[in-house]
Amino acid sequence: MVKKYLLFMVQTHLNFRLAELESLADLFGVKTVDFSKYDEGSPFFIVELENDAQARAWISRSILTRGIYEYWGQGTTYEELHREIQANPLFKQFKAEYRNSTFKFEFDSFGGSSSGKLDRVACIESFKYLEFQGKIRMKNPDQVFTVIEEYEPLSDNVAGEKALRMFFGREVQKSDRLCGALEKYDLKKRPYKGTTSFEAELSLVSANIAQVKPGTVMYDPFAGTGSFLVAGGHYKALVIGSDIDGRMIRGKGSQTIKANFKRYGESLQFLDVVTMDFTHNALRSDFLIDTILCDPPYGIRESIKVLGARDPERFVGKEDVEIDGKKAYLHRDYIPTKKPYSLDALLDDLLQFASQRLPLNGRLAFWMPVANDENIETVIPLHANLELKYNCVQEFNKWSRRLLVYVNRGDGFQGPTNAGLERSKANFRDRYFSGFN
Amino acid sequence: MKFLTSNFLKCSVRECDRSNENFPLKYNGEKCQLEQDESLEFNPEFLLRIIDRVDWSAVVSVAIDLGNSSLPSSKPEFTSEDLSDEDMIILKDLHTLLIKTNIVEGEMSCRNCGHIYYIKNSIPNLLLPPHLA
Repeated sequence: MVKKYLLFMVQTHLNFRLAELESLADLFGVKTVDFSKYDEGSPFFIVELENDAQARAWISRSILTRGIYEYWGQGTTYEELHREIQANPLFKQFKAEYRNSTFKFEFDSFGGSSSGKLDRVACIESFKYLEFQGKIRMKNPDQVFTVIEEYEPLSDNVAGEKALRMFFGREVQKSDRLCGALEKYDLKKRPYKGTTSFEAELSLVSANIAQVKPGTVMYDPFAGTGSFLVAGGHYKALVIGSDIDGRMIRGKGSQTIKANFKRYGESLQFLDVVTMDFTHNALRSDFLIDTILCDPPYGIRESIKVLGARDPERFVGKEDVEIDGKKAYLHRDYIPTKKPYSLDALLDDLLQFASQRLPLNGRLAFWMPVANDENIETVIPLHANLELKYNCVQEFNKWSRRLLVYVNRGDGFQGPTNAGLERSKANFRDRYFSGFN
Repeated sequence: MKFLTSNFLKCSVRECDRSNENFPLKYNGEKCQLEQDESLEFNPEFLLRIIDRVDWSAVVSVAIDLGNSSLPSSKPEFTSEDLSDEDMIILKDLHTLLIKTNIVEGEMSCRNCGHIYYIKNSIPNLLLPPHLA
């Protein structure tokens, strides 16, 4: 037995919205949603679910929706809305079930507002056929009934004044977005951040599409100031990060990644950050990593470097240099030299690592920027064991960045691969600094 | 660095992967400065999930390095639905050891190649000189 629910979404990051909804549905075993009916152009999606518990599980983590409601009816006018509600096959059952609940009404809208022209009290009165006997309670009522009006915006930025249609339903779950996740993780309020910190909204969306799960391990091999660690911690994973640049993960004084977790009340989720070259990885090979989520360096704000000498000849015999009777490289303040590395090689290493360390069906998600030149083809890295599940684009003026999400399907998958090939013909850093001309 | 993290770190040198001696690293007890982070609350369910992933013999060996030889040689077992008072005492001890114990400054080395790594300001540094990279 399934029931209709109304999903109210936000009209931003449309490239990511469906991926988030599908990933969360898959994560929580929600199988009854017909995604072929999903319309990117609309903030509304009527779905079928088994019960409220499913709706709650599915939407409580969502960043790109507003909330989910038990669907009672819709209309292009209030008259039609009332007729539809009363014609709903579940109408009698609804009425009986909420007859004695404490309740309140809420009004929400998309694309415009009645700008005070809707008499809310009169509107609520017009629902009197529901025959609710319970007390009206503004704080913590048993049920919240919501009227959502959809307006036709006059233009992209000008709100409309004429309601096109209205929905009515019982609130089941507000999304993580409406429960304050974006304010909580707002970079402006974060104790430790840097120029490479990733904004709250898309880092949380990334964690959802990567299916970060409570009580599992998430690893960010390019942790920087720990933006993705924070997102993983929010969804209750045990998070560990590494970075070749010790200064970034160390922070300054009281401004540290650890302090960020403390601020968010999620200290327990934070395992550690270690100074390490991802390509010389020190995590033991049988340590199970459930999810890898990261924003690799692209040479814009940080260069791509790995351990080793750029000019090996200069370092011949240096391992024998001693200071105070002890090998120089064994001193506490020794700083090893690093050499440049190509993005293609780094991403090949990342895919290979993911294929070895992730469990079957575990996800690798990372960001990759690309120039928007028409004549340059973007080649997405592929690995024989990894299924490319999502390729979500965030457009900027002359460049864009993509969230690439892979699922580990194991040795039997035998998908296409392009490892070892030179994929990016034009260096993104050069293109970026020449203004993409 | 949490004591727990010592359970996940091996030597970074690739050649050492062929030996069984690259994990756990050997912690120099005299050089390791420990601190208890009292702000981390005890959460038995969280801890049980972690204990699942822990290599127990490595816990025992690093504890001995750091001067604690009181751990049993085999991993304590718990039935997560029904934790006895005795289980809770063991779990609290493990919380103190694995989660609250922080190595603020320290030194550890690979049992295979002997390379020395340092922990500074609670952050371990696993980088390598060019001849080992």
